[in-house]
Amino acid sequence: MKGLSLIVVCLLVLAVVALFSMGTGRYPVSFRDLLSWITTGQCRDENLPIILVNIRLPRLVGAIAAGGALAMSGAAYQGMFRNPMVSPDILGVSSGAGFGAALAILFSLPVAGIQAFSFVGGITAVLIAVSISKAIGRSHDSVLVLVLSGIIISSLFGALLSMLKYVADPDDKLPAITYWLMGSFANIRMSDLMVILPLLFVGSIPLMLVSWRLNVLSFGEDEARSLGVHTGWLRALVILCATLMSASIISITGIIGWVGLIVPHLARFVAGPNHRMLLPTSFLFGAIFMLLVDNVARSVVSVEIPIGIITAILGAPFFIWFLKKSSRKSW
Amino acid sequence: MVKQSNISLDLRHTDLGYNGRVVLRDVSLTIDTGEIVCLLGPNGVGKTTLFKTILGFIKPLAGLITIDGTDISRFSPKDFARLVAYVPQLHHLPFPYTVRDVVLFGRTVHLGLFASPCKKDRDIANSFLELLDITHLADRAFSELSGGERQMVIIARALTQEARFIILDEPTSNLDYGNQVRIIRKIGELRKQSVGILMATHTPDHAFMIGSKVVVVDHGALYRCGKPETTLTPETLKQIYGVEVQVLDTPHNGICSRKICAPVMELTTDIISHH
Repeated sequence: MKGLSLIVVCLLVLAVVALFSMGTGRYPVSFRDLLSWITTGQCRDENLPIILVNIRLPRLVGAIAAGGALAMSGAAYQGMFRNPMVSPDILGVSSGAGFGAALAILFSLPVAGIQAFSFVGGITAVLIAVSISKAIGRSHDSVLVLVLSGIIISSLFGALLSMLKYVADPDDKLPAITYWLMGSFANIRMSDLMVILPLLFVGSIPLMLVSWRLNVLSFGEDEARSLGVHTGWLRALVILCATLMSASIISITGIIGWVGLIVPHLARFVAGPNHRMLLPTSFLFGAIFMLLVDNVARSVVSVEIPIGIITAILGAPFFIWFLKKSSRKSW
Repeated sequence: MVKQSNISLDLRHTDLGYNGRVVLRDVSLTIDTGEIVCLLGPNGVGKTTLFKTILGFIKPLAGLITIDGTDISRFSPKDFARLVAYVPQLHHLPFPYTVRDVVLFGRTVHLGLFASPCKKDRDIANSFLELLDITHLADRAFSELSGGERQMVIIARALTQEARFIILDEPTSNLDYGNQVRIIRKIGELRKQSVGILMATHTPDHAFMIGSKVVVVDHGALYRCGKPETTLTPETLKQIYGVEVQVLDTPHNGICSRKICAPVMELTTDIISHH
């Protein structure tokens, strides 16, 4: 399937899954009620609009935004690093965000404070990694140095996070940090989304605009330059946008692994490697995947399962299956 | 294709090297559009350094490199890519782009910053796929092609870039005999496209086949430069490669007439006594 038809099909699937998600949960919602609420804004059960608007809708939008943003930034990073094994946290955004959130929890800051700290932490970690790679200089392969700088910063912030956990009050602060690191959509409110969605928009539009040039980076530094691409600027732009997207999402959901790694593979398998198609397809695939996972998280057992746990438990076998299946075809 | 005025790429008394260490000293060389210059020299003599410097990846340590009179360091990456295209030796692509896509990437330099190719760009790419007889590969994944096919695709990409000069780094390395001949023949035909070609090769015969000029590098400098027939003498080949080679004329049978290299296999006592 190529071009617009693929996007249209993805949008239809997303709409169906979204409708299904609105009806899924502890509080029973019949399909008829849901339909009448959507079409007329009213329904027999007067509690229903409150639940749908205040609880399920923010969660639905949050899951779509999170899955989409993580998958799209993952696809952009994989293209830029010329490596399909790269995920959005390769430059340390997750560990930086985790450290920031833990610090805010330790200071007993309100939710907005935790979000702000984790956002700043994520961006800071990536900026430090990029500065290190700049400082090391040009004599090495610049992509390799960037990846290594990311690994260094990730483990540094990981260690700092461990230190915070070690000194945190084991009765309330430590559990709070631990739960935050597992990721959840449970506490997303519409007001959070009003801040985050514009940031995602600001991050994704430039990525879409440079998607053709992103393809050319697959040939490596020298060749891309000889094809007329200003590699330094393009790389900086991709890092900035992808980091903005992933840091914004992580700041309201906590850390959600795997999506940014596996969804771009699936999207590339279906849509092909051209980033013009791959980036939007990754976004839609990520959104659908995340909605499905969230349905599992909040309805399989009576206690909600943290989303990061499910993405990993589902992600690992799925990735193995997918690698096996796609091994005949290069992807 | 619109006929463009002839321009030249000049190196004037250029010292080339990395980190202040000179690899090639005092290189002066001119490549005009419409000519094919073959670069010969033993391994590790600095051919790649020469290419990287001409392509602007490393700066010359001394001297000047100009295109049509302008210092190449003054061009933006975009302007430079409109003048010089590069066909590197190894092509590894991590993602399965189709041949059509890979050739279209050559149009990038003619696109606006945020644009992607339009119909005109596709037509140009298709015309060069046709010129190189690889239209049948258009929808295959580049990563699935053989070495010879990949080389053709990258040459098509360089032509699609519509640059005035094309730099080829050993385009026949790792190819079987048939593909070597096919590639060299096609490169020979490109003379008509009024591009200037600089091509590194390990086979002196390539210079006899298509070269309008040959440049021989050895011992950290340009050793010889001129027409292949007068430059590639048995003495020169012995000097740079350290082996005895005879240079013979093919018979004038109406099919081809040029010089060919024949390495000497049985060293008679006569030749050995020269040492």
